[in-house]
Amino acid sequence: MNCTDFLAKLTDYFDGQIDPDLLAEVKQHLGTCHHCEVVVDTTRKTIDVYRDDKSYELPESLHDRMRAAVMQRCMATGRLPDVELKPGGKMPNPQEFIREETERAKH
Amino acid sequence: MAAQTSSIIDEPAGPEGDLSASEPVEIHPDVALVERAKAGDQAAFETLVKQYERQIFRTALHITQNREDAEDITQDVFVKAFTKLDQFQGNSKFSTWLVRIAVNESLMRLRKRKTSKTVSMDQDVETGEGSIPRDFAEWRPNPEQNYNQAELAEILRKTIAGLPPGFRTVFTLRDIENLSTEETAEALGLSVPAVKSRLLRARLQLRERLSRYFRKTNEGAREAMRLTAKP
Repeated sequence: MNCTDFLAKLTDYFDGQIDPDLLAEVKQHLGTCHHCEVVVDTTRKTIDVYRDDKSYELPESLHDRMRAAVMQRCMATGRLPDVELKPGGKMPNPQEFIREETERAKH
Repeated sequence: MAAQTSSIIDEPAGPEGDLSASEPVEIHPDVALVERAKAGDQAAFETLVKQYERQIFRTALHITQNREDAEDITQDVFVKAFTKLDQFQGNSKFSTWLVRIAVNESLMRLRKRKTSKTVSMDQDVETGEGSIPRDFAEWRPNPEQNYNQAELAEILRKTIAGLPPGFRTVFTLRDIENLSTEETAEALGLSVPAVKSRLLRARLQLRERLSRYFRKTNEGAREAMRLTAKP
């Protein structure tokens, strides 16, 4: 196995989806090729450092507000088919919505 | 296929994604909640929102790199899911279905931002960049400890933001959200080999770019970060 062959198997190796014979070859290559060993080590660290990054978490302060907004918008749709979404978090008022729909139904 | 144009009906997985052909089907707890929500149980739907709002927000934020957009998208995803619940047929996990909607909404948002450019899962993925490692420098044992929290977050943000959206999305679903390769393929409307190929290149490109900051021998990494942070 050379470095190109190894690279082709890198995703399967990381994901533990490699058959035992091939795994033995991969390990043998890693034991003799420092460059590939570095690639494996630093790629693993790349994944780990992104997994540990908490800056993409939904802030705790937003949880309740987010859920309330979602539920209010859901209820306002009355589950009408293909109801127009309102991007930007502009929450429709359910009472107004129902009143408008009732008025529209009358005409 | 451009992900933002794909249907949100959870079509049965193809042969590559079908892991359950001969296995007994295990019923996911979400199935009962979805059925109750379909029957009009608001509390059941709220439970689903509570369960997945974090994941959907993270996914949208990684793809769009914009917190305001991610908040809007998270709301839109659940409202859309609510209005289209009848289209969820239980052929995939409910969470995968939500992620699929989130990816579509996020890519659409990116497309709106770039008025003259189409943004899709296929954008920029045909370039050869990043498919072959060039940097073989070892990293420090705990490279992240060399930076404070804000510096590290900025390095990671800038680095992943530099990836084409198609690569960024695959890396986010597979490596950050821990979806399986098959689930990632299903959520993105890609084949399993296409996911594997993009994942490899995404990982290698990120590794290559982070090496600049984390390598053992580069004593000027912190300075490099400060210099590149200047407008």
